[in-house]
This record gives sequence, C-alpha cells and structure tokens, in this order.
Amino acid sequence: MADRTVAVLAGGLSHERDVSLRSGRRLSAALRGAGLTVVEWDTDAGLLGRLRDERPDAAVVALHGGEGENGSVQTVLEMLGVPFVGTSSQGCRRAWDKPTAKALVREADFATPGWVVLPHSTFRELGAQGVLDAMVDRLGLPLILKPDQGGSALGTQVVRDAAELPTAMVGCFAYGDTVLAEQFVDGIEVAVTVVERDGGPEALPAVEIVPESGVYDYTARYTAGLTDFFAPARLSDAAAKAVGELAVGAHRLLGLRDISRTDAVVAKDGTVQFLEVNLSAGLTETSTVPMAMEAAGTSLGEVFAELVTRAIQRGD
Amino acid sequence: MTASQPPEHRPGSEPGRHNLDPHLDRYAARTEGMTASEIRALFAVASRPEVVSLAGGMPNLSALPLDSLSSQMAELIAEDGLVALQYGSAHGVPALREQICEIMALEGITAHPDDVVVTVGSQMGLDMVTRLFCDPGDIVLAEGPSYVGALGSFAAYQAQVVHVAMDDDGLVPEALREALAHADKHGQRVKFLYTIPNFHNPAGVTLAVERRAEILEICRAHDVLVVEDNPYGLLGFDGQTYPALRSNDPDNVVYLGSFSKTFASGLRVGWVLAPHAVREKLVLAAESATLCPPTLNQLVVSRYLSTHDWKGQVKKFRENYRERRDAIVSALEQHMPPGCTWTHPDGGFYVWVTVPEGVDTKAMLPRAVTARVAYASGTGFYADGFGSRQMRLSYCYPTTERIREGVRRLAGVLESEMDLVRTFGSVTTRAVSGPQFPGPDTA
Repeated sequence: MADRTVAVLAGGLSHERDVSLRSGRRLSAALRGAGLTVVEWDTDAGLLGRLRDERPDAAVVALHGGEGENGSVQTVLEMLGVPFVGTSSQGCRRAWDKPTAKALVREADFATPGWVVLPHSTFRELGAQGVLDAMVDRLGLPLILKPDQGGSALGTQVVRDAAELPTAMVGCFAYGDTVLAEQFVDGIEVAVTVVERDGGPEALPAVEIVPESGVYDYTARYTAGLTDFFAPARLSDAAAKAVGELAVGAHRLLGLRDISRTDAVVAKDGTVQFLEVNLSAGLTETSTVPMAMEAAGTSLGEVFAELVTRAIQRGD
Repeated sequence: MTASQPPEHRPGSEPGRHNLDPHLDRYAARTEGMTASEIRALFAVASRPEVVSLAGGMPNLSALPLDSLSSQMAELIAEDGLVALQYGSAHGVPALREQICEIMALEGITAHPDDVVVTVGSQMGLDMVTRLFCDPGDIVLAEGPSYVGALGSFAAYQAQVVHVAMDDDGLVPEALREALAHADKHGQRVKFLYTIPNFHNPAGVTLAVERRAEILEICRAHDVLVVEDNPYGLLGFDGQTYPALRSNDPDNVVYLGSFSKTFASGLRVGWVLAPHAVREKLVLAAESATLCPPTLNQLVVSRYLSTHDWKGQVKKFRENYRERRDAIVSALEQHMPPGCTWTHPDGGFYVWVTVPEGVDTKAMLPRAVTARVAYASGTGFYADGFGSRQMRLSYCYPTTERIREGVRRLAGVLESEMDLVRTFGSVTTRAVSGPQFPGPDTA
C-alpha cells in the first residue's frame, strides 16, 4: 500500500472551501494511517500540471460544492486517466441538482417532500407576492428553502411564517439563481452513508441528527456540541431497514459510485422521506460519515483505502 | 456530590450518542457566540488569488527592505542572542520604551518611558485595559461603527457596548453628551469611551481637531476615562498628523499605539501609555497574561528604529496607501450604482460604504464571493446588529489594478442584489450565528 500515492483534492473556490479543507485534512491523515502516501492538492491553475507530472495512482475528491460535485473536476480526472474515488462525471451531473435527484427518486416510488423550483426571474416577471402566495398554498408552512445546488446547508432556511419568506428568499438567492422550496417534514432526521463493496452498495448504520436549535444549519453542523448525533439512529428495526433501502436505492438510481450519503427524515407517520444525496459528503470532525463508519466497526482510513484500491483496479 | 460520584447526566453517556464536545457544560458564559459561522467560512475563499479581497486589513509590507532587515536580525542574534532569546520584563525593553516616547512626540504627546508598557500588539493592550476596568454589564462607549477587535475584547469581558454616532468629522460631541446623559439617567456606569480618532477603522474618517478638546471635556465632566486607539496616526496621506487626545489630557486618557502599520504587523509589538497608577496595574496584568512581550521582537523593532530611516519607510507606506486610496475612490465613483455613498479617507486603510435602502450587505456576501470579490459586512462593526446597509472596503493590501477590478465586480454584485430587493421588497437582516468578520490573516 505504501508505494501507492493518493492525491486528496480539497479546497476549491466554492462557498464550502473551508469545510472541504477540513475534510481533506482529516481524510489525508486517515489514509496515511492506512499506509498510503498522500499528497493534498487544491484545485487551482497548477492542478493539471501536478496531475500530469506527478501521476498519482488515484485521486480522492474531497471538494464540496461547485466544481467538485457538479462533475467538472471528475471530467478532468477522466480526461487525464487518473483513477478516482467517487461518482463519475455523468453521475455527478445527474445527482448534483437537488430537484433532478428528487424527481428521479420519486419516480422510483420513494417518498420525498413536495417541492417547487423557481428562478429569481419568475418572481421578478410575475410578481413576487403572487408567486410566494401560490408557493405557500401548494406546500403549506413551515417550508424549507434551499439553493438548488450546493451543500453544508449554506443558504438553507426553515420558514415558519409567510411574512419571513421575502427575507429568506433574498438570503437563499445569494447562493444561486434558483431556489428549491420544499415541504418541511417533522420527524427523525438521519444521514445514511452508502459504501460500495464487492457485493454491491451497502448502507452503513444511519446516523440520527438532533440539533439543539431544532435546525441543522451551518452553525449546528460545524460547532462541536451544538448537535447530538446517535449512531446507530434510535429507529425501529423496520425504519432502520427502510432508510437503508432508500439510501442504497438512491445510490443506484442516480448512478452514484463508491460512496454517497443520503439525507432523509423518518416522518411522524412512519414514512421515510428522501431529502437529498451528497456526492462528496463532509468528512470533518463533526460530519456524520465518519460516525457511520465507526458504528459499522470500521474507520475512515480503512473504508477509503479500500475505495482507493477499487478505483485503481477499475482504472477509470 | 463528591468527586468520586458519577454525574446524574453526562453528555455522551447514552448508547450510540456521539459526544463531540465533552466540555460543553463547562464553558464560561463569555464563550456564547463562539460558534462556527457561515459568514466567516466564506472568507476562506477570499484567500484564493482568483478572489479580490477588499475584506481584510493586512498591511501592505511590500515596501519593507527585507535584505537589510534580514542581516540586521542575524546580527542581533549574533551580538545579543542570549538577551534576545531570554525572558524580559513585563514592562518592556527600556530602550524601546524610550524610542516609543519619541514616536508619540510626533503627535504632541509628552511622556515618560516608565509610563509605557510594551504589549503583544495593541490588541493585547486593549484586552488588558478592558480587563482592568470592566466588570460584566459595565458600559463602554464606542463610535458606531467601531473596530471589530475592540468589540471582541469588550464582549470577552461581558461589557455592554453603547455606540455613539459619527459624521464626516468623527465622533459627534452632542451624541456623546446624549449617550452619557442617558446612562446617568438610568444609573448605568460608563467605564470608558473607546475611540479611534485618526483615519478610523472601519469608517475612514478623522476626528476634527476642533472637536478634540470638547470630547475630552465631556468625558471629564462625566468622570469617564478615554481609551484612545491610534494605530494609523502616522499614515495621513499628506504627511499630516493630528494632536493626540492624550496630549491634551494625560491624566484621563489611556493611549494605545502599534508598530503593526508603521513597521511589521507580524512582530506583534504595540504599547499602552497610561497614567502612572494605571500603568502599575497594567504591568501586573501583562505578567499574568504573557509574562512578558517577546524580547526578540522588541529588540528587532528597537534596532530597526535606531538604524533605519523609519520615517522614510512610513512615507513610502503612506505613498502606497494613498495610491490605493485614489484607486478605490475613483473606481467607486466610476462603477457604483446610484444611491451608494462612501467616506473619503485622507489616511489609513478603509472606505466605509453605504448601499441603497433594502440591501443587506451580510446577505449579499455569498453572491459577492461567487463573483470573486469579498468585503466585510457592516454588521460586524456594531455590537447591536446595526450596519446591514454598510460595508467596509479595505484598500491597503491589493494592487491598484486589483482594487479597480474588485470594485467593478462589487458594483455588478450590488446591481444584482438591488434587482432582488426590487423583486422581494426591503428585507430585514437574517439571523446568522457566529463571528461575521474576517480573521487577521485575510488579505
């Protein structure tokens, strides 16, 4: 293993750069602990030269948001023939867009909260208040606003009162030109990591997320102690099985590869509702993926070292 | 409960529970607000060269004579290494304190070296002064807006900040009177007025000379100490200096100075000049905080002051900053949409911009980062949530070309945000947790 060099790509120019750098540092340490030689590279103008000149045996994309998850960096790696851990460029393009992923998952008869997707231009051209009223009529309150792309809950807001909507819209549109408005489903929030092994994709134990504030926003995600996590989640056997099936189903349906994380809610009526998938999930000290691995009796280094081996064997 | 008994409830004791911070119930109340911040995370992108950062406040050190400094530092270690690498007095190196008095004389201050305490940057001086004077709940008056690092110190000691209005001539005396009268009426104890009279951070304005005596008189009449923070005083673009408040009232002004802007910020050498009785306490407070300021760094500064044309170097810095100020002001005039206004600094590092009604500069920041430009939202410079229509642009670090490009990008961002505001109407500031200002290493 030690003669294998892995390039961990982290940083980038997305709003999630800071989180990505933290994920990259933690992953790099874990891979070194597993006996691999690791180089940590940012995605800047020097990346192509480094990939060509240093020819790592494989790359792991620990970039979050933007170029790291929309298939761009993956396309570059594919063009250069560098094997990499994670979803192919084609799969990224399909799954990166949250509304597209929700539609595909719903077509396969999985439940997902009702939603509408609207660009700023629609509000401008048709009149904001009328469109907002129609949105509330359709989805009810509370509802959740998210940028249609991106992660770490940046720009995500729970709206409980229609009067809060204009401000929330402005905050959300600051992260992108299109907003996904989704019904807010109260229940047990879980994150389910899926890892591909020789037998196919397997769901690791679900991690239950209980933010102190009630909302799992950026602060709750990255301030240690502001959110309680339970791994495995405190679910009935049936619910635990159902969230695992949803995560593996989404992984397959969306053409994901190696590793993914599905966020879902077990609603009070017992239904399991799909929220979104993460192609390059956070690996920081407060992230759920490493917790799921620990609950499964394995570790970040062990899992990713196996995935590196799979990527090299696959050859891409 | 004895030490050997387990607590009734211990975080992380439930099966499967991940206890990410076992110290959660041990933190002091003053740590409230020390959380991860969505806004702060955005500044990580500002470090990339693709982004024009007008957000930070890093001095531009490119004009420093590095070769000469390098050999001077080598000589210092060779000749005086056993002193330079040893503990020193908490009071500071005597020779440096004498030189500091000569520097302060340029702004009219007559001082004895014994009343100078060298600190780890003037930030440490600010921290110590607050520690000495403020109990939780005490009131500190500060200009609105005010230096974010000062607000951080006041928050750390749980002091309550009351902002006092400024105009183009700095702190408004009448507003100060009103603030003090309000505090008197409500039986509130005001411990001191914190003020940055010259080339204000973030507002870019300077306290008019004719107001200075009046400000001092008002504070004396209300038995309120003045803490004068003057890091930019020698950076007037025409070489102009203003009489320090301390020069007119030695007994009621604590003065904070710094080499961060006139020499090298990384050395972290600043000072406090205080009335004798206060100075005694400052030395004891400094001992408990750091034992002593770094001897090596003090000797580097002292040797630099005695062997280099440091005034000529400050002139070079001033010329660099004036060129950058000219670039940012002309770019603002050329690009910013109607309804925006800004201050016209004649020294220092910053322009304070007010944007049209309805635009929230904190909410707009992600859009700016997407457009590869960064600024500091005005809300970080107020302790009370104001400032959402303001932003601080710093011109100290980027090249003039980058400044012009940054302002051009910013104007486009603002146009888009104004379009959004026209669509959704005026918005109120969305609550965002955690610090909302860039760290000291942000360009």
